[in-house]
Amino acid sequence: MLSKESLAKIDRELTKYPAEQKRSALMSALRIAQLEHGWLSNDVVEAVADYLGLPPIAAMEVATFYGMFNRQPVGKFKLTVCTNLPCALSGGADAGKYLQQKLGIGYGETTADGKFTLQEGECMGACGYAPVMLFNNHTMCNHMTPEAIDKKLAELE
Amino acid sequence: MLEVEIDGKKLTVPGGSTVMDAANSVGAYIPHFCYHKKLSIAANCRMCLVQVEKAPKPLPACATPVTDGMKVWTHSDSAVKAQAGVMEFLLINHPLDCPICDQGGECQLQDLAVGYGKSASRYEEEKRSVVNKNLGPLISTDMTRCIHCTRCVRFTEEVAGYQELGMPGRGEHSEIMSFIGKTVNSEISGNVIDLCPVGALTSKPFRFSARTWELSRRKSVSPHDGLGSNLTVQVKDHQVKRVLPLDNESINECWLSDRDRFSYEALNSPERVTKPMIKQGGVWQQVEWTVALEYVANGLKSIVADHGVDSIAAVATPQSTLEELFLLKKLANGLGVQNTESRLRQHDASFATAGVQWLGQSIVELAESDAVVVVGSTLRKEHPLIAQRLRQAVKHGMKVAAVNPHGDDMLLRLAGEVVTRPDQLVEGLLAVLKATVEIKGATCPAHIDTSHTEITDVARGVANILAAGERASIILGNLAVQDARAAEIHAVAAALAALTGATFGVLTAGANTAGAELIGFNAAGDVFATPKKAYVLLGAEPDFDTANPVKALAAVEQAEMVVVLSSFQSCAYDYADVILPVSPFSETSGTYINMEGRPQSFNGVVRPLGDTRPAWKVFRVLGNLLGLHGFDYGTSEEVRDEALAAGVEARLNNNAVAHVHVKARAAGNGLVRLAEVPLYQSDVLSRRAPSLHATVDAQVAETLRANAATLAALGVAAGDKVKVEQGGTAELVVALDARLLDQVVRISAGHPLTRDLDSAAALQVAKA
Repeated sequence: MLSKESLAKIDRELTKYPAEQKRSALMSALRIAQLEHGWLSNDVVEAVADYLGLPPIAAMEVATFYGMFNRQPVGKFKLTVCTNLPCALSGGADAGKYLQQKLGIGYGETTADGKFTLQEGECMGACGYAPVMLFNNHTMCNHMTPEAIDKKLAELE
Repeated sequence: MLEVEIDGKKLTVPGGSTVMDAANSVGAYIPHFCYHKKLSIAANCRMCLVQVEKAPKPLPACATPVTDGMKVWTHSDSAVKAQAGVMEFLLINHPLDCPICDQGGECQLQDLAVGYGKSASRYEEEKRSVVNKNLGPLISTDMTRCIHCTRCVRFTEEVAGYQELGMPGRGEHSEIMSFIGKTVNSEISGNVIDLCPVGALTSKPFRFSARTWELSRRKSVSPHDGLGSNLTVQVKDHQVKRVLPLDNESINECWLSDRDRFSYEALNSPERVTKPMIKQGGVWQQVEWTVALEYVANGLKSIVADHGVDSIAAVATPQSTLEELFLLKKLANGLGVQNTESRLRQHDASFATAGVQWLGQSIVELAESDAVVVVGSTLRKEHPLIAQRLRQAVKHGMKVAAVNPHGDDMLLRLAGEVVTRPDQLVEGLLAVLKATVEIKGATCPAHIDTSHTEITDVARGVANILAAGERASIILGNLAVQDARAAEIHAVAAALAALTGATFGVLTAGANTAGAELIGFNAAGDVFATPKKAYVLLGAEPDFDTANPVKALAAVEQAEMVVVLSSFQSCAYDYADVILPVSPFSETSGTYINMEGRPQSFNGVVRPLGDTRPAWKVFRVLGNLLGLHGFDYGTSEEVRDEALAAGVEARLNNNAVAHVHVKARAAGNGLVRLAEVPLYQSDVLSRRAPSLHATVDAQVAETLRANAATLAALGVAAGDKVKVEQGGTAELVVALDARLLDQVVRISAGHPLTRDLDSAAALQVAKA
């Protein structure tokens, strides 16, 4: 289920915690598994749990709690728009609407060509740069005005 | 000690107490859902908010430690307002389906809603609904009712030892569930039903069969393992409807194993016999009690006259009450018959102790040991709640080690483990003994020869744990006592205990194993080895309750007369001459003596079904019919008092009768069978409880298990069918058990699928 490279990365995470507290490395392990598979299917969650010696339901709890873990297959580009209050007041809700209109999909949906997935996200701790959007969990995009969104989408196309 | 004032009452509590503890100690009730005395503190239901002096807002009583001079008001305006507010939120998504909810009438949410809820809800939006989950054959779910207290999750993780339930999702989307496609398989899973404060988790076998206020609650004692769990049996219309635990901190705490909880199904089974029956000319006929008893009395008398007193054997299971065993023995002895026996699963006839085998201490004391070595036991299956006790004790520093013919996960952190072949348990123990001798610098007892034993690292590990323990215990499980070399196992384990100052104990297998020993019922040894002319079987089923069912069945089949006293139909139709319907534990008064030597008496909870009669009364009448003296008992209490006249404590003694010489034997290299009696085949009741037999535990018992290497050598894979030949044959499905040693195949004993196998014969396994 998990590649040698992924397992090696998980092993490295495990060295950060005491041997009897493998649970501590669960979030990292799920992140690594998601990088490999794109999303966390039940099988992947179970494989991670088995590797860490945890009950699968314990891994499932974590995998379903955090918005950055994908429990459904996602498009090549995942855009997460913050719609918490500070962003919403500074145009976050509008940015979301603009993206929906532009991509022709709602929150939690993927475009038919499998390129884009749009998600609503919780506060990303960058309210000063509102509205913000997270690209593929790893890149933060600031001040997402319609122009900035157009520019970003053009880059990705 | 800290001074605290609760609702104006001053008290002192030990440091580290919570406000909830303090309130409980003065009897001030604080409403709560997620708090439970045996579980960790979650503080997520918020129902226990109380007002604390100088605190700016209400604090949860269950998670607030008491500080010196703290003043708490549990029912002030501010506290009640906070509690009512929490209740309003809890009720937002809770369905108003109390009239069709099994929890109705015994629901904490319902009760507290009466106290704190409003008569109408202000919530007008859509309520959420949650899909039900399949948690197996014992637990029924209505997840929309769940208030997310997580008691069940904490129970599986902390008490049952493996987190089978969890709460995936976040906020509005969180749901209690097992992992996709998995059921809850713990042997003590039924406790989550009691823990659930609402009707989200209810009993599947009991579902919709009665309302709680229609049930009368009667005390009883569990008739299964040697623990003697205390029961509250709930009864309606003279029928047992369900079984719940009765709190007894020194025995079962507030828990029950699933076997204790759900085996009541058998009591209402269509297999119950309700009329005495006699076989005449090969045809079974229902007769009156007087006719049947006359027939039995005359039959026994004529067998004694024709063949002598040694031609009769009286056989009982350790699930029989003390009174029944005492009167059966008295009856047999009155006829001059000395052959009475209840150790039916014992393979080693030479194994005997000077007194009644027992735990060597109380159950609470066992849990207070700092080192425990379990020898020959599938502890979680044989004694689920003892395993649970040890699991809790391990968290407080106890070191548990095991010497076992299997590597089953006890779901606790084992400090050391020796896994042997089933025929090499003695050698496994000898290695531990030799290591202990070395550590202690002592000499090995003369009757034990360790010169051919090699000390392994794992054995040294176990020896170290034992040697380091100040209050150590060594306990023998069912596998050890029923082993073909039980006397040797006992000798080595006793020597280990003597050497290290550990307490030596035996986990008695049946509810009344100790009672049978106490009254000297076990006097015959293997009653089926040399077939008798007549057998009296009290609750015993030769095909399931015996060490060697093939031999036992052959013995009863050739007998001239077989008297069966049983609550159930069985294949007794084939071999019996008379079947007398006698009461199971629920329909008779009686006494069981548990593994700590504690006699526990109970009354019948329902009236006997049909023409069923309590067995002690049957023996009383038989005694009178046979003209024997001393059968004029008015009540079972008189019988008990006579049986216990000599006291119990003085008779408890685990020492061997004589020194058994022990010498290591070379390990064989052929296939060897690990024959364990599965959890739900242990006695007549659990054998007939359909829900228990739908569990994963029962399904696993139907398989042949071996490790990967053994399976490869046999040329089979998991899921294949194999034919087992051992005296007779059996066809079983193969499953993997990675923790067994090479060449070990695990095949259940006392199981319908394996009843033709003779555990002493040579073993062959081949693909079917």
